[in-house]
Amino acid sequence: MAVTTQVPGSSSLLERLQRPRVIIALMLVMWLPLMTYVMFGNYLGQQLKDLILLPAIPATFLLWLVAVISWRESWVAVLGVTLVFFWLLVAVSAPYLPLIDPNKPIAPFTVPGLERKGHYFILGADLKGRDMLSRTLWGCQRVLVWGVTATLVAYIIGSMLGLLAGYLAGWWDEVISFISNVLLSFPVMVLYILILNYLGPSGFNIVIAVTFASAPAIMRIVRGLTLDMKSRDYIFAAQTRGEHPLWIMLVELLPNARGPIIVDACLRLGYTTVAITTLTFLGLGLPPPDPDWGLMIKEAAKVAMLWKFSYMLLIPALAVSSLILGFNLMADGLREMSLKD
Amino acid sequence: MSEQVPVLECRNLSVSYFVRAGEIPAVVDFTMKLMPGEAQGIVGESGCGKSTVALAIMNYMGRNGAIVGGQILFEGRDMRTMSDEELRQIRGSKIAMVYQEPMASLNPSMKIGDQLAEVPLFHEGVSEDEAKRRAREMLSNVRLPDPGRIMESYPHQISGGQQQRVVIAMALLSNPKLLLLDEPTTALDVTVEAGIVELIKEISSEFGTSMIYISHNLGLILETCDRITVMYSGEAVEVGDIHTVFNNMRHPYTRGLFNSIPVPGADKNARPLVAIRGQLPLPHERPKGCYFGPRCDYFEAGRCDAGHLPMEEVAPGSNHFVRCVRFAEIDWEALKPKPKEQEPIEPGDVVLRVENLTKHYEVEHTGLLFVSEKRTVKANEKISFRAREAETVAIVGESGCGKSTFAKVLMGLEEASAGRVQLGNLELSKLPVEARDGATISRLQMVFQNPFDTLNPSHTVGAQIARVIKKFGIEKDPERIRERVYELLDTVKLPRDFADRKPRQLSGGQKQRVGIARAFAGDPKMVIADEPVSALDVSVQAAVTGLLMDIQRENRTTLLFISHDLSVVRYLSDRIVVMYLGQIMEKGLTEEIFSPPYHPYTEALLSAVPIADTRVEKRKVVLTGELPSPTDPPKGCPFSTRCPYVIEGLCETTPPPVRSFSDSHTIACHLEEARLTAMEPVIKIDDDPAQAAE
Ligand code: SF4
Ligand code: SF4
Repeated sequence: MAVTTQVPGSSSLLERLQRPRVIIALMLVMWLPLMTYVMFGNYLGQQLKDLILLPAIPATFLLWLVAVISWRESWVAVLGVTLVFFWLLVAVSAPYLPLIDPNKPIAPFTVPGLERKGHYFILGADLKGRDMLSRTLWGCQRVLVWGVTATLVAYIIGSMLGLLAGYLAGWWDEVISFISNVLLSFPVMVLYILILNYLGPSGFNIVIAVTFASAPAIMRIVRGLTLDMKSRDYIFAAQTRGEHPLWIMLVELLPNARGPIIVDACLRLGYTTVAITTLTFLGLGLPPPDPDWGLMIKEAAKVAMLWKFSYMLLIPALAVSSLILGFNLMADGLREMSLKD
Repeated sequence: MSEQVPVLECRNLSVSYFVRAGEIPAVVDFTMKLMPGEAQGIVGESGCGKSTVALAIMNYMGRNGAIVGGQILFEGRDMRTMSDEELRQIRGSKIAMVYQEPMASLNPSMKIGDQLAEVPLFHEGVSEDEAKRRAREMLSNVRLPDPGRIMESYPHQISGGQQQRVVIAMALLSNPKLLLLDEPTTALDVTVEAGIVELIKEISSEFGTSMIYISHNLGLILETCDRITVMYSGEAVEVGDIHTVFNNMRHPYTRGLFNSIPVPGADKNARPLVAIRGQLPLPHERPKGCYFGPRCDYFEAGRCDAGHLPMEEVAPGSNHFVRCVRFAEIDWEALKPKPKEQEPIEPGDVVLRVENLTKHYEVEHTGLLFVSEKRTVKANEKISFRAREAETVAIVGESGCGKSTFAKVLMGLEEASAGRVQLGNLELSKLPVEARDGATISRLQMVFQNPFDTLNPSHTVGAQIARVIKKFGIEKDPERIRERVYELLDTVKLPRDFADRKPRQLSGGQKQRVGIARAFAGDPKMVIADEPVSALDVSVQAAVTGLLMDIQRENRTTLLFISHDLSVVRYLSDRIVVMYLGQIMEKGLTEEIFSPPYHPYTEALLSAVPIADTRVEKRKVVLTGELPSPTDPPKGCPFSTRCPYVIEGLCETTPPPVRSFSDSHTIACHLEEARLTAMEPVIKIDDDPAQAAE
């Protein structure tokens, strides 16, 4: 992967930043506080809640820097990663930005660029009078956190199943492949709606639904890669050494599948974001009132028929699109680079 | 010859590829003249630019390749000044190319007859019947049995050797002036290869087609070509008549190449191979002046690295050119390998006993209309042999002979169907690897064939060796493990800082060394080496085999060397087991295998292996037919479908008896002992009395 390419002429600090261990540490510093903040924010004390995201801001910034530098060969990837990191940066710094409370109704139906009741609404206010700018920026938190978490969980489960089916073959393969095929035969949306109707709408249930919908496809990819790799001599070498199958799957096989997996993950993050937004729009997603792009689109849908108020719909829609575009460009760029190597 | 126009001439041709990092010169200053009816060989190691020359002639260099200097003249006319239409005409009908992979040139979804008929239909506009007739005729010209059936088959229904013949037939149908052959037999088995080589020779005499034969195998070039160009790192370093170059080479690299390939007469104790030190420079790291400089024993600062070296004629009118400033001063006699004699190793007690080992697989064969029938693949049938401590036993055979299955059974990845395998006192045939304890596993290790597959690309070299040490419980303390990894890297002559490298930063030979280090990490009693050098370049092969043997000598390890290459096997093994379709045909000491009495298959195998030595004269034994599929072996002698001596009515139905000729030498064949003993030697060496004794 191009992530580890050396940068000639760059300072040693930058080189050190590009080590896998450092990158993982930075990701954790960025992700864990954000996840805690969004998922368990209510259980945190007010004081902790105010501080928890502070270390994530520099971490996010550094990560973006590292990504741009190591992927600089592909402008597509740089653009993609910049879009994604823009929203990540907004997500971690939202509490510290000088924003109006996103849930406070002030002046309904204020069009963008007007001053009302002592507030200047750059992007206008929605039908309940809440600030659109602040709602859009805050809204990315939930989409990002739930989207990424759901994809991650789907990936962990899908990869494990793929490894089992591909490497152990036989009955494992038959059973896992059969279940996957059954799940894959449902239209994705139907699957989501069925599961969420049954479990009830909540963030965690979205994770479950996304896992059911995505894991079979992921399992197929990983299974294919595993089938291709398992006849390689290094796997043979590990077997003749008497390694446990679990070791072979996790240490010998999985790391070599990471390239295609990462590319696919970026694409899938895009799908998941669309799915979550759609679910929220259908009322099956995250509960109100906290801002969320899907929710904003849903609320705006009633009034956006009028051209004058279409900004209420357009702004969150643009936000979603830019994030999805970011993920897709990232996937394209990564694929392009992996083909070059 | 002088008034004849060369079919193809390259004048100072330079080809470069353009990548992000800049221009990479692939071929530099390449000059060649190919006369009508002549066969020229281009030989060199991977990355030397030999295939690029062919691609440049075909103008198939892709988007980022370009000719940056010089000319290519076809029948005296510069191809770079021709119109596109003219070029297409020439490349379609006057120049034809045969690639290593036959399937690259065949359309998998079209019947062979139709594909062949397309050529005359398209180029000469003959009628369809006429085209079909010519196609059929050409198929019999390339010695394909039953052309009618082949015409109606799809490419995947015939074997690899037959596919390559079809490709050659297709190339010949357009009646080309020039045939380019790029490693046409590398993907094939030796006995099949021998048939194709024979065909190529016939073509040049029968059709008068000029040929350029590209190969890494000096022996093949000797058998097929009149002239040879030796390439190194993008440059031609020596050009001349094949016999001149083979007997009086005047470039240190050519000399090095010949010293590093095992020819009859080389012997691991008396006349060990000499490897070329160092490795091929990367295209953008080539030194100034002579590209071979850093690896050359005759390097002289100031002259060799002064600037680009021209090709010089060795003697006026000799038509033998070299690119070396010092060729006239070097004492070429002195450079012949000096025998660095070593004491032969005394073999110890028997370590491995294999008795009647049999391995059958059940495969489900899905035929037409999903009628599935169960078939038995007899991968190994009653294999018996022994190996002693510190001995090298070679298992020789072509694909499908069951050698890999045998290795799997030994390593505990498959269970034997019957028979016994004893390592020391331990019965291994029914003991899967999970049931073996660490000590047993570490006593039996393996070196793998493909250097690009043998190491896990995701982990560092050091981590992979360390894992073996930890797994076998040789050391526990991380410090000590690290120390041991360094020691092992020293043993395989790699720098210690390789421990922190990823496999992709290593060359093929270096990876194979790491593979050897890994196999020897647990102090094994026995190492199975499955074609450990066949994927490496010749100059690297010698170094890796040498290393393997040194370690073996030091640790008194038993080496089970699996290979199809009889030259290498002759060079390094003490004992040979010849296998065909899962059965042992012949086994014996190395001398016994290489001299009569032969098993008919061994005889054919010996005759098939190309030998890069002009003194060697081989008796021709060309086999017809292809290897039968192991799912459907002949009932009696497995070799009966191809055997030139086959006794009708007996060989096909009755398994042959095992005849023994000495304590160690047995042959499984129906031929009478007198008949076997009366066979003529296949390999004869002329004019060197010292070695004629062989
Ligand atoms: S030019 Fe010099 S370095 Fe090159 S092959 Fe001749 S003697 Fe060796
Ligand atoms: S048994 Fe018959 S077919 Fe087999 S090798 Fe001997 S002569 Fe040939």
